[in-house]
Order: sequence, then structure tokens, then C-alpha cells
Amino acid sequence: MEQIIFEKSVPGRGEKYLPQLDVPEEDYNISEKREVPPTLPQISELDCMRHYTRLSHLNYGVDTGFYPLGSCTMKYNPKINEEVANLPGFTDIHPYQGEETVQGALQLMSELQSYLKDIAGMDGVTLQPAAGAQGELTGLLLIKAYHQAKGEERRDKIIVPDTSHGTNPASAALCGLKIIQIPSDDKGTVDIEALKQAVGHDTAALMLTNPNTLGLFEENITEIADIVHDAGGLLYYDGANMNAIMGYARPGDMGFDVVHFNLHKTFAAPHGGGGPGAGPVGVKDFLSPFLPVPIIRFDSSKEKYYFDYNRPQSIGRVKAFYGQFSVLVKAYTYMVRMGWDGLKKASEIAVLNANYLMQLLSASYYQPFRGPCKHEFVLSPKNLKSLGIHTLDIAKRLMDYGFHPPTIYFPLIVEEAIMIEPTETESKETLDTFSEALKMIATEAQENPEVLKTAPHSTPVGRLDEVMAARKQILRWLTS
Amino acid sequence: MIPKDLLYTEEHEWLRLQENKVIIGITDFAQKELGDVVFVDLPEVNLVLEANDVLGGVESVKAVSDIYAPCPGRIAAVNEALTDTPDLINEDPYGEGWIVELEIEEAPKNLLSAAEYEEFLNKGE
Repeated sequence: MEQIIFEKSVPGRGEKYLPQLDVPEEDYNISEKREVPPTLPQISELDCMRHYTRLSHLNYGVDTGFYPLGSCTMKYNPKINEEVANLPGFTDIHPYQGEETVQGALQLMSELQSYLKDIAGMDGVTLQPAAGAQGELTGLLLIKAYHQAKGEERRDKIIVPDTSHGTNPASAALCGLKIIQIPSDDKGTVDIEALKQAVGHDTAALMLTNPNTLGLFEENITEIADIVHDAGGLLYYDGANMNAIMGYARPGDMGFDVVHFNLHKTFAAPHGGGGPGAGPVGVKDFLSPFLPVPIIRFDSSKEKYYFDYNRPQSIGRVKAFYGQFSVLVKAYTYMVRMGWDGLKKASEIAVLNANYLMQLLSASYYQPFRGPCKHEFVLSPKNLKSLGIHTLDIAKRLMDYGFHPPTIYFPLIVEEAIMIEPTETESKETLDTFSEALKMIATEAQENPEVLKTAPHSTPVGRLDEVMAARKQILRWLTS
Repeated sequence: MIPKDLLYTEEHEWLRLQENKVIIGITDFAQKELGDVVFVDLPEVNLVLEANDVLGGVESVKAVSDIYAPCPGRIAAVNEALTDTPDLINEDPYGEGWIVELEIEEAPKNLLSAAEYEEFLNKGE
């Protein structure tokens, strides 16, 4: 295993970086002057270069292999997105420049706002939120501001189904709202009766992702919307699963009032460690006055784009400047390149790939919810529990077959859940190879369970003691 | 393992009813499902709760699970030992792994007896 850089340190090795001092030495007399030099690793440039290059080779990403992380949409990020985002016209501008000198950048943002409105069936968009969860917080602040403006501060309850992404109740709590969780029905979708019981004069909104985290489309969505609206509440669309419906269905048409987009999921900007993300928020007309400032608009008389700060009901800024600009450029590039038909095709293939993979695995793994799925599906290997095999063992073993493990133990309502989202960018061959690996693992569980329980065997480090790591945290390197 | 002298909820909590107090923990089934507990979020003493309010959380490497107040009450004591040794919940869920003591005015309703809880678990299998 690669040592950490401090372990490679040799005293004196790193002293030759700075050139000879060729000016008179001045002593400065300040109280903050440090008395002990910092404990930086002492290492030659070559050894430093090799260390980090080797570490980079240990990394695993979409560019190296299949990454079927459910609800995360780990699709390929086309390199043209990077190329465009690196154009000097985008990289060499400053947020404090005058509007007239950055008309191209503003045009891009304005057009991106329009595309997002069209895709989601919304009337207004802010590009500011820096990630999906910040988009949720922004959307909830808008909902709160709306109820307050109507004199209905008492609406402080957010309803979430028990399949919701964990960020939904977390964002609501951060926004100072209370959470009511409702159970799912036998089919894995919103229990209509439970929803009817939960709504009332204190309902602020229902947060829903559709398709939900089981990969199932909420077929009663218009009835759900009516129930919430009739009670005076609003509908929030968690856009994490939008990759399933582009061009086929729009949250706005389903009855949703607010939606966030994950540009780093659905619109192919890099994700996770390769981020940052971006979580624009779209709203229906009646919520537009509350959107964060500034909004980018076009003045047709002067034929120029400008920042509109004149929005007295705005909730204010949610991020410095105008959002994660380079991520916006990447998502815009992706959309322009794909076109409306391309985006629709992407959703079609994402759903097809998920259903194909689900079918391949149907004989080997228990599926708690039958029937066609959307972009992702959930397996429950609870039949292997009697052999002492748990989902964690299967996930770890998948690494030995060269795959990133799927999302596990989520959604919470499925015992031993394994949640798989292949995305549209994977080939049939990759799906076949992955399903073969999972089938092999199911066989190993019967014939050689020990190899699963001790997996992974081929990675730089073996099975990590997650319990010890959580209970006895050592968060920094201590020099002896 | 379902002790006969305790009462239970469908959220897999156990309750030991005393005069004007109830001691609350999570069941053996719950700790097994959660796996190794790594952190317990304990409430402040004297916190006043309504029925079904979240009074704390139990976190394992797999998931975080809320603990609910079975009835209105005031937190009279919390098991401080869980701060440093959350694994007590795994080792002794009905004893050393107790979580809070709630001072109550009325006994909570709709609880399950040991036999009813066992039946509830079997139904879920």
C-alpha cells in the first residue's frame, strides 16, 4: 500500500525548493511570528510527483469503470463539456466585470434558464444553488416565503414519503420546518390514504421524487397533487431522478410547484469528488417573485442581458455571485449537443438499461417490487441472510470484479437494499458483464460464503473496519 | 429475545413502565437490524415532548434511526454512558443499553405486549 506523504518525509530532503536569498534579511517583530517551523513533509519533487500520480491511479471513476450508484446518475461526462468550460471567454472573466463585457456568459445563463424551464414545465429559474441539497433548501425557503406572504406562517409541516432521499427531511429541518413521514403502500408508491390523513391547515409542502427511489413512477401523481393543493400546501419535486423522464413527462405538468435540477447528475457535469455540483431551482409563476437575486433577463429594447436585482419579495442570495458558473457551462454544452430529441433518447435508454439489467438479475436476486422500473431498481438479497451473507458483503465483493458497488441499504424501507442505476451511457456488454459478476457472487454466497465475508481481496486495502473508524475517529496525522 | 416484563412499539422500542416514569430503549431485533451502533444522539434533560416527537437517534454504519416519544413527557434522565460506549445498545439492549427515562403523567396507550410484539415481528418476516 502507498505510504502517506508524511511517512515518506526525510529531514532536509525538501529544503532546496527556495532559491538563495539575494536581498538583505530583515527581522520583523510581530507577536504572531511562529517559533516552530510547520511540519511539512520533506520530499523531493520527483518523489512527490510519483506519490500523487500513483494515488491517482488508485482512484476509481466513471472514466475507469462502471459506477451503478443508485439515485446518483453516474453517467459519462463528455469531454467536450470540459473543453467548452475551459474556453478563455469563460475562464478569464470576473464576476465583478460590467454586464456589457460579459454578454456571452449572461446569454448562456439566460438560455440555460429557458432550457430548464422547458424541460421541467416551470416558469422561473434560479441558477444559484451550488448542489442538489442547496436547491432543496432554496426551494423550501421559497415555499416558506410564499406562505408567509399569504399570512399563513402556521404552515410549517413538510410531508415526505418513507422512500424519500435523506436530504429531503434534512433540508426541511435546516429550513426550520417540521417533518411528517408517511408510509408507502404495498406497491412501493405514496399511500394515498396516509397522505390524506397527513395533510391539513399546517401543511407547507409535500416533497416527492418521481420516479421514486424504488425506481417506480408515482402513477397517482395528479391525485396526490390535488390532495396537497386542496389542503393549501405546495408540491416540491426532488429532481435527483429526472434522468428517467426527460422529454416524456414534466414535473410542472404533474402538478409540482417547485423543482430542483441536479446538473451534475442529469446533465452530465462531473459528480462527487470531480464536482462541484449545481442545483438550479425552477418554480411556477406565483413563486417567481421570491426567487433569489439576481435573475438574468434580456432587455429587448437595448438588446442586452442584465442582472435583475429589483425583486423586493426575493428571499435574497443563496450563494455568492451567480452559482457554479463552470458547471452551468458544462450542462449547457451537454444540452445543446444532445438537443431535445437527444435528451428524450437519453431517458429512454436509461430506463431500457435499468429494465434490461433488472431482468438479467431476476433469477438470482429477490426483487421486492415487481414490474417495469424507470431509471433504477432495488434488489433485496434477504434470501442470503440465512447464509450469513449481507448486502455489504455483496457490495465489497463487486470491487473484486472491477465494479464500483451500487448504493446499499437505501431506500430504508427495503431490507438489505441494493439500489442500481446503470444510466443510458453504458453499453449492453457492460451490463452483461456486470450481471454475470452479480450472478457469480450469488453462487459464491452458496458455495464459498467466506470469500464474500472477507472481500474485497484485490483492492489496495481489504475490508475496512467501518465501526472502529466511526467510534474511534482519528481525523489528522499526528507526527510522533 | 423479547423480555416478558416490557412493553413494545411497532417502531421497535421497548418501554419499562414505572410509576410516573418510563424507561425507553430499542429492541434486540432493532439493534440487530441496525448493526454496530456508532453514535447515539441523546436529548437534553428536561426537554418536554409531545407524543411521537423525535427524542433522539441511533446511528450505525448502515443507517440512522429516530427514536420517538411514546407519549407526552419530560426527559428525566439520559444514558450518558452511550456517548462513549454506544455499543452498549448492541451488547445489552434491554439493560445497560437503555436510552432515556421519560417522566410522564399518563401511561402511553396502544403499546404491544411481548407476545404481541413477537407476533408483529413474525408477520414482518
